[in-house]
Amino acid sequence: MLKSQTMKVLAVVVALAAIAIIVPNTNSFLILLATRALAFSILVMSLDILLGYTGLASMGQAAYLGVGAYLTAILASKYQFGLGFDFWIVMLLGVLLGAALAAVFGLLAIRASGVYFLMITLALGQCVWGLAYRWNSLTGGDNGINLRQRPKFGIDLANEVTFFYLVFFCFAVSLLLMYTLVRSPFGRSLTGIRERELRMQILGYNTWLHKYIAFIIAGGFGGLSGVLWAHTAGIVSPENVVLTTSVDALLMAVLGGAGTLVGGVIGTVIVFGLREYLSTLVPWWQYVLGGVYVLTILYLPTGLMGIPERIRQWRGADTEKPAEAKKLAPVTS
Amino acid sequence: MNLNFWLIQTFNGVSYGALLFLLGAGLSLIFGVMRIVNLAHGSYFLLGGYVALTVIWTTGSWLLALPVAALAIALVGLLMERLFLRSAGFEYLRNASIGIGLAVLVSLAIKGGWVQFVAIAAVVAVVFYFLLSRISLIAIEADPLRQVLLTVGFAFLFQQAALDIWTGNNFDINPPDVLTDSVVVAGIYLPLYRVFMIATAIVIGIGLWLAMERTRLGAQIRATVDDAEMARGVGIDTSRISMLIFSLGAFLAALGGVIGGAFLGIYPGLDFEILPLAFAVVIIGGMGSLGGAAIGALLVGLADNFGKALFPEISYFTLYAPMALILAVKPTGLFGRE
Amino acid sequence: MTRILRQRIGPLLLGSAFAIGAVAVSTAKAEELRIGYLAPTTGIFAQVGKDMVDGFKMYLDDHKNKLGGADVKFIVEDTVGKPDTAVTKAKKLILQDKVHMIMGGLLASAGYALAPVSTAEKVVYVNPVAAADDLTQRDFAKYPLHVRTGWSSSQPSHPFGQWACDQGYKKIVAIGADYAFGYEVIGGFQRAFEACGGQIIQKIWPPLGTKDFGPYIPTIKANADAILTLMVGPMSLQFPKQLKSAGNKKPVLGGGTSYDEFVLPAMGDEVVGHVSALQYSAAINTPKNAAFVKSYRTKFGKVPSYYSETNYTTAQMIDEVIKKNNGKFPGAEAFVKQLAAVKVDAVRGPVTLDEMRNPVQNVYIKKVEKKKMHGYTKDELWNTVIKTYPNVNQFGQFKKDEFLKTPVYSRDFPPCKFCN
Repeated sequence: MLKSQTMKVLAVVVALAAIAIIVPNTNSFLILLATRALAFSILVMSLDILLGYTGLASMGQAAYLGVGAYLTAILASKYQFGLGFDFWIVMLLGVLLGAALAAVFGLLAIRASGVYFLMITLALGQCVWGLAYRWNSLTGGDNGINLRQRPKFGIDLANEVTFFYLVFFCFAVSLLLMYTLVRSPFGRSLTGIRERELRMQILGYNTWLHKYIAFIIAGGFGGLSGVLWAHTAGIVSPENVVLTTSVDALLMAVLGGAGTLVGGVIGTVIVFGLREYLSTLVPWWQYVLGGVYVLTILYLPTGLMGIPERIRQWRGADTEKPAEAKKLAPVTS
Repeated sequence: MNLNFWLIQTFNGVSYGALLFLLGAGLSLIFGVMRIVNLAHGSYFLLGGYVALTVIWTTGSWLLALPVAALAIALVGLLMERLFLRSAGFEYLRNASIGIGLAVLVSLAIKGGWVQFVAIAAVVAVVFYFLLSRISLIAIEADPLRQVLLTVGFAFLFQQAALDIWTGNNFDINPPDVLTDSVVVAGIYLPLYRVFMIATAIVIGIGLWLAMERTRLGAQIRATVDDAEMARGVGIDTSRISMLIFSLGAFLAALGGVIGGAFLGIYPGLDFEILPLAFAVVIIGGMGSLGGAAIGALLVGLADNFGKALFPEISYFTLYAPMALILAVKPTGLFGRE
Repeated sequence: MTRILRQRIGPLLLGSAFAIGAVAVSTAKAEELRIGYLAPTTGIFAQVGKDMVDGFKMYLDDHKNKLGGADVKFIVEDTVGKPDTAVTKAKKLILQDKVHMIMGGLLASAGYALAPVSTAEKVVYVNPVAAADDLTQRDFAKYPLHVRTGWSSSQPSHPFGQWACDQGYKKIVAIGADYAFGYEVIGGFQRAFEACGGQIIQKIWPPLGTKDFGPYIPTIKANADAILTLMVGPMSLQFPKQLKSAGNKKPVLGGGTSYDEFVLPAMGDEVVGHVSALQYSAAINTPKNAAFVKSYRTKFGKVPSYYSETNYTTAQMIDEVIKKNNGKFPGAEAFVKQLAAVKVDAVRGPVTLDEMRNPVQNVYIKKVEKKKMHGYTKDELWNTVIKTYPNVNQFGQFKKDEFLKTPVYSRDFPPCKFCN
């Protein structure tokens, strides 16, 4: 067991190294796609902490990306703040704002679970969208906010490769932090809550507090993702917090495999690849995307990361036992 | 703002609520019976409108479009529920349909003439069919989240299909001339179409209520909503009930789409625009409750209307904030059963 | 050991193969003109995107796929209606496909997203549709390689306001979509209308995407002489119907998109008699336009809207410039300079560009009528031209310097002095 864990970690490290070496040597479009995918996957991984480890399916995570992105954009365009070394301060502020918003929303949402949690996070996400859309004086409304330039602090982030390395660095750090979190006692108790909350409560854990903290942490990472996202595209608009963005994040997490962190990254890369790359090749790529979703949910509920397990199951399918119903998240009924 | 203003706004809010009731009632019942949130509900609404357009273009009859569109989409809902939301009993059909779908995509990728297309499609379909039959499907009924995500996947597919079949032009449904007039009551113009919307919602609402309260089937449905395990224990075929309810939900949504089409228009994006409103109805009124859906629809219609008229700046906020607050206090909605 | 080696070297080899391939692809032919087009081809604006692309493509088809003698490589990328996707695809076109110019952008947000990309990457941005005023006004200096060949939002409104005075209207209520485009169209009208003695007595702003105007119509002041609307997309279809059902008898005026040919086919008799202003109407009664409309309709099955016309004309303008350079692209700065100096006799009439690279063109006041046009045998809805204002630039009847000193049209500018 320990050996296979070490192997997994090694595989991830090798993959990361490979990405860091190969991507900057490909063409600029791929670098751009990789940057976007990495920035967004921080959000998806944060969602995985909620979904895969705590058992809370949220359909409003885009809200945290949104506040991080809008904060960055407003500071950059209205106050010229965050374009030099103070960029790191903005990053910190983004994390804090995301966490703060999650703290407020969490008070309303954590009481619920299962599908009800889904609904309430959807409603809260829509609130943020509504404000972004209508509060013209702050958010520019429909037009969005343009970030004229990327920060310069010794290194010029306007260079695509340099920016890629920055995003990659943030991504690696986030992955490391989240990995440490889920392997910690706190993380293990989250998994316990996902499996059987009642038992955890009987054992004396304050499950509400655990879930609340997990929600706040996810919000913080979402904010970070937003700060990076704002500078990746250079423009922030209500489209970033629309319902379909939250749905996308959820689907990416499930596609890759909930509860694996890395699965979220894989899901993001695949969806982005399909969307941005396949769309330049064929006009019917939407069907491929929809088809991939449907098939994965039907046949690979543990996502793509769960394929080895499924193959093992398939090979051992001569046993009498039917495939066990594996749940993504518990539902109170 | 005189009395007329308040009367007109109330009337408008009620008529909008009538439309939302058609949409929300189905969603609420689907949740009550199956415990899933059908995120393709907006798609049913929109598809209903598109099918109605086709009926009107080919036959010229608006009246015919209403039942035809509703039944057509009910069929789509039925297929979706039987083939994809349930794993048992219809594997062949499901595997076949997936196989054919994939085959079509593969053939599209390989360019060639018609004969090549059909030949490749047939071969690939058969191959996929056999592959899929070998893979055991992990039971999906047990996991509502997977079912919800599945409906989303379908919503995306529907969206693209609608765009390909009907193009992305903005359409409008034109009801018969008699409904486009207004009746003048005490100096206030009341558009007849809005009156029609309210009347339809009332008729359907009463019909549904009677069916639920007065028929044996209705009792079975209510039992399933209350406690599915117990219902199965007393011999109720909950699988058939969920099939029925899902189709009914799709039927109502599509009917809403046809009626709403003359009021909102039919255009790409309407599916995801109308979905949060349907949620607002179900959340405020309570999931699983028909009466709750009626009250919820009325409240949402009025809140939306008055919110826009009085506080236009924060109009979307005035709708979703109360929704979030209600859920925070009572997660199952105002009249939700749990 | 070998496995690990394979794991590392494999991807490296693959990556290098990729890189070599990419370089090979991007080395393009010499006499080719590469144009990257950004439009929504999926999503809710897919049809508009299609019309935009069809308009440009039709010109290419009519001219053997050559502009000014050069073979055209026309690459269309989908923006899905999202500004950040537009930026990504634009960069792909510039960095990977090495296009000579990027074109397109539908919404103001796309225009504001693409213009900085053009400045940063030093690539020409030809903008046929995105009408946000400031792109060629107060933000003009920020985008030295941006050329607009379509219109600015308030451009048709300035003569329209004057026209309204001439009709004898004194008090008008404005109701328009609550976003920048709505502010600019109505703002321009207000400035012009009040400058010649009229009064805007009320401004109502339903949110963009409103279809149920129930909350708004009853609040329209009863003492207005006319109603000015600015609607887009589905809003354009629903508002006139609901206005009629509410018993409205006042004359209705509209911004260009309220009744343009994109929405007109789905409209009914409720819009007959409504008047609007735009630089194009499919009912312009010139042989050139008649031929354009008939050709487009035969090819694509619908009457062309200004989305198609503006792209067709833009292609024509690019054609002229490249012709002067004997089929070669003269470099970004030179191209921009020459495009800004071009004069064409377009389908919509004569078009030149002002010193801020925005068109100077006819503005047509048009009225919706049900009749037969261009030799078609069926009665249909057409925007009949009832008056033409020639040589209208983006400042209209106002002086450029004074105009630029005032803020951009917004919800509160011009202020509603007569709304009490």
